[in-house]
Amino acid sequence: MARVRLSRERVRGELVRKIEELSGQNLLACNQCGKCSAGCPAATVMDLLPNQVIRYAQFGLEQVLEAKSIWICASCQTCYVRCPHGVDLSRIMEALRVIALEQGDDHLRPQELDPDEVADMPQLAVIAGFRKYTMMGG
Amino acid sequence: MPIPYYPGCTLSTKARGYDASGRAVAKALGLELEELQDWNCCGATFPLAMDNLLAMTGPTQVLVQARAHSDRLVTLCAICYNVLKRTNYFLQSDAEKRDRINYFIEADYAGDLRVQHFLEILRDELGFEALKQRVDEARKETGKSLEGLRVAPYYGCLLLRPEKELQLDNAEDPRILEDLLQAIGCDPVDFSHRVECCGSYLLVTSPDLAADMSYAVLQSAAHNGAHLLVTACPLCQYNLDHKQAEMARQHPGFKPLPVLYFTQLMGLALGLNSDDWGWELHYVDPRPVLAGHGL
Repeated sequence: MARVRLSRERVRGELVRKIEELSGQNLLACNQCGKCSAGCPAATVMDLLPNQVIRYAQFGLEQVLEAKSIWICASCQTCYVRCPHGVDLSRIMEALRVIALEQGDDHLRPQELDPDEVADMPQLAVIAGFRKYTMMGG
Repeated sequence: MPIPYYPGCTLSTKARGYDASGRAVAKALGLELEELQDWNCCGATFPLAMDNLLAMTGPTQVLVQARAHSDRLVTLCAICYNVLKRTNYFLQSDAEKRDRINYFIEADYAGDLRVQHFLEILRDELGFEALKQRVDEARKETGKSLEGLRVAPYYGCLLLRPEKELQLDNAEDPRILEDLLQAIGCDPVDFSHRVECCGSYLLVTSPDLAADMSYAVLQSAAHNGAHLLVTACPLCQYNLDHKQAEMARQHPGFKPLPVLYFTQLMGLALGLNSDDWGWELHYVDPRPVLAGHGL
């Protein structure tokens, strides 16, 4: 694993400010107890565990925007209910998705969906998907 | 006084059996639901970014419509419930942003509506004891009962979390579905995954992961001897039910488990005519299991 260089500029930098503003959360309220990762139903397939996502965010490390985890989180709120410090990680994940979508491409493209599968799905899943994974839905 | 009822998009189409059974049950219990006029989509997700006020205009419009008729609004869909109740909570707790949203949609909503799930009305207004009496009366008439039927009460996420805003029940150890199932005469099954996520809208981008998450829920219910599972959410119903085709391919020996809406089971307990409750929309047809219990 590559060395990570931390600095006061990063920790007090623009990325941290933006995540805190969009999420309404104080990143330093998290003391890395790991309850969020212990309870997350999707943690087994995440590249960064939920508590690691917060750690990267606390340090202002931009690699967090490349993490698959932010697209795997389904906002189930289990972490938020269990956090002893009341940190709403689902809002932090949303902030990271918004920043990643602003910088890059949509995570969901209509032309890549199978029309037969979409026709079968409840429409609220499709609406929710486009709201979460594209700038359009925002 | 009739209670304004918001069906939402999916209960009007692909989950119409939930809508039909819910309306039939309400009518049988003397609860008058009246569909809200000219309703629009709730948005299907509560916007979690603090600056995303635009996504709250849709659900706020629904609240405004309801407030014109009543001091409350009831839903069956757990997702609509979550979005509308969280939006209402947001509008109640941030007057400045409420003003901005009101300005966008040319409304003057004060945040003074109660958003309720139908389950809350059953528990807090009708009462489960009164429900039990109605079910006992129906049993005497029809001779049919749910006795011996082992039912897994599946809550999922959006009925319960976040608890601070929804306050329907304890988010980690809820009772409302168990109490309801007992009142209608069946055996609630205790299982580890009753408040775990089914995979939700990951269905759209990561269908395999959604299927794995739903599989874990079904296995947990099956291991504890459930004959079927009930839910209050049309997306949970889809993931848990329609993904069973994929699960059967992936897991040799997989046994199908019917997934019903709690209102369908209530209606059967009340001896109502269930012909138009959308049984054909289920991937795993619940009728053989129900017939096996004399229903």
